[in-house]
Amino acid sequence: MERPLTQHIHPDGTTRTLREYVKDGGYRCLQKLAAGLAPKDVQRLVTEAGLRGRGGGGFPTGTKWSFVPMGPDAPKPKYIVANGDEMEPGTFKDRVLMEGDSHGLIEGMILAGYALDAEVGYIFLRGEYHLSAQRLNQAIAEAYAEGYLGKTIPGTGFRFDLHLHSSAGRYICGEETALINALEGKRAVPRAKPPFPQTVGLWGQPTVVQNVETFYNLPHIVNHGAAWYHSLSHTQDGGTKIYGVSGRVIHPGWWELPLGTTAREILEEHAGGMANGVRFRGVLPGGISTAFLVEKHLDLPLDFSSLPPQVGRLGTGTMIVLDDHTCPVGFVLNLERFFARESCGWCTPCREGLPWVARILTSFEEGHASKDDLALLDMHTKWLAPGHTFCGLAPGAMAPLQSALQYFREDFEQHISRGRCPWSKKPAQLKVLV
Amino acid sequence: MLSETERRELEEAVKHYPDKRGAAIDALLTIQRRRGWISDDLLLDIAQFLEITAEDLDSVATFYNLIFRKPVGRHVAFMCDSISCWIKGCERVQEQIKNLYDVELGQTTSDGRLTLLPIACLGQCERAPAIMIDQDVHGDITPDTIEQIVEKYK
Ligand SMILES: Cc1cc2nc3c(=O)[nH]c(=O)nc-3n(C[C@H](O)[C@H](O)[C@H](O)COP(=O)(O)O)c2cc1C
Ligand code: SF4
Ligand code: FES
Repeated sequence: MERPLTQHIHPDGTTRTLREYVKDGGYRCLQKLAAGLAPKDVQRLVTEAGLRGRGGGGFPTGTKWSFVPMGPDAPKPKYIVANGDEMEPGTFKDRVLMEGDSHGLIEGMILAGYALDAEVGYIFLRGEYHLSAQRLNQAIAEAYAEGYLGKTIPGTGFRFDLHLHSSAGRYICGEETALINALEGKRAVPRAKPPFPQTVGLWGQPTVVQNVETFYNLPHIVNHGAAWYHSLSHTQDGGTKIYGVSGRVIHPGWWELPLGTTAREILEEHAGGMANGVRFRGVLPGGISTAFLVEKHLDLPLDFSSLPPQVGRLGTGTMIVLDDHTCPVGFVLNLERFFARESCGWCTPCREGLPWVARILTSFEEGHASKDDLALLDMHTKWLAPGHTFCGLAPGAMAPLQSALQYFREDFEQHISRGRCPWSKKPAQLKVLV
Repeated sequence: MLSETERRELEEAVKHYPDKRGAAIDALLTIQRRRGWISDDLLLDIAQFLEITAEDLDSVATFYNLIFRKPVGRHVAFMCDSISCWIKGCERVQEQIKNLYDVELGQTTSDGRLTLLPIACLGQCERAPAIMIDQDVHGDITPDTIEQIVEKYK
């Protein structure tokens, strides 16, 4: 099984140097550009490869690029931005890549810049990723010294400059228009769309924001072609995916696997199954803005086009497992407290609605919730549905809540009928496992 | 007053953006690395350097949780309270920190040694629960091991 993105990452966690990266074929695709691969050829390859954005939305990258104005009359400069905010709870895949193989991001960004004739790039990195920052800074310095950055790439007339921006917290920075405001030195509140960043983005210029993992795929697509890229996956979406698992499984971790691998394979074969003494109840497949999958969904291929929308979305591909020693209501309360805290406060339904949801869930945990509260939770999943708020944060917050109300409804009802959390008095919960 | 070195660092930060304002967050973080937190006086100086109003800069500074507008201890511990760490018992570790150092989330110990803050998922979920002290991440922490870790930060 091929693992183009991660095969060279050192298992001991040490830095991979520029020399190693180049020895293993790194920056080789720049020669292809010099040999005549035109920007539109790179665009076409990416479209044919069926690359879908890895930031959670799964938007086709080639389609996104097609909205960028091209040609001699296009505005200058254009910007390429790597979204390395990675604050979605349960998600750690971009960190693995940035720490393990920093040059892959740089090479991917140069390629995107070339394809879109955009000469400046920013890596937007969450402030807590100090090791990533250190390694990326080192890699950027090496790439400048070698002339991959800051100098015309021989035979192309194209030159790319790259900057690292370390952020200062707040989950909303990961939303691409909020990210653009943050990069401009402003409060990270989302912007209205349209206009989309591809035409009016950073400092009013055309801007393409992609997830870090998305960029890592580009050099491999250019080097090996679209057919090879499709052969990596089990489904119609091309390539591999970095999947991860956390929660009470035997081996929490991450694995690069064919896109379309099932949750069952990931949980049982790679994560080693559930930890001793606990049973599986459900899983959020990719960060906390996704809906729960339960036993009956475990054999569905996990990619961006096979999961039926009424079931859920893959999201970031890093899963969080709910086990039977953990209260589902307490679990969802933790999620909604996160969302309430991280709401940017720009639009009323989210700013007011999320703390309300968290308060109601607290009343369940404290044992004084009523049937009306259950109905209120149901209502909120409609009030904060897509289209009712300014950005995707609040609808994302409703995905786990709505699915929990569907699959774990008896647990909510038991909190009401017993007047307490059925899990809270069990010393067993504290002792069984860590 | 910003020192000469600090000014030079700000000049460097500004080079990465087409306008000075773009460097607002870098500037706040740069000065905070040296001073620990952003006092009103520092805020005024940085705003003047960036050629924006202090009110404008303060609206930015107060938006981001890694910029401190109040004094913090010599070390800052960021306790992840997101879902994977919650499942693995971060609340018990936090309880233990409270017992050992008499400090709650959002507070600083009376000797000024440690500020304890909650933080969103640190991206270390495969070794939950996790804590970041200053710039170091510690994973798989337990109520039994936390004292040994915190004791490294005097
Ligand atoms: C609240 C919120 C947070 C987000 N956080 C991230 C993030 O941390 N990283 C990321 O790549 N995308 C994040 N996104 C998605 C981005 O807005 C954007 O769609 C993505 O970066 C595009 O990259 P892709 O097409 O390569 O997936 C977030 C979206 C929302 C609504
Ligand atoms: S939905 Fe929430 S995070 Fe998004 S703009 Fe509205 S208040 Fe801000
Ligand atoms: S949930 Fe704590 S590190 Fe991810």
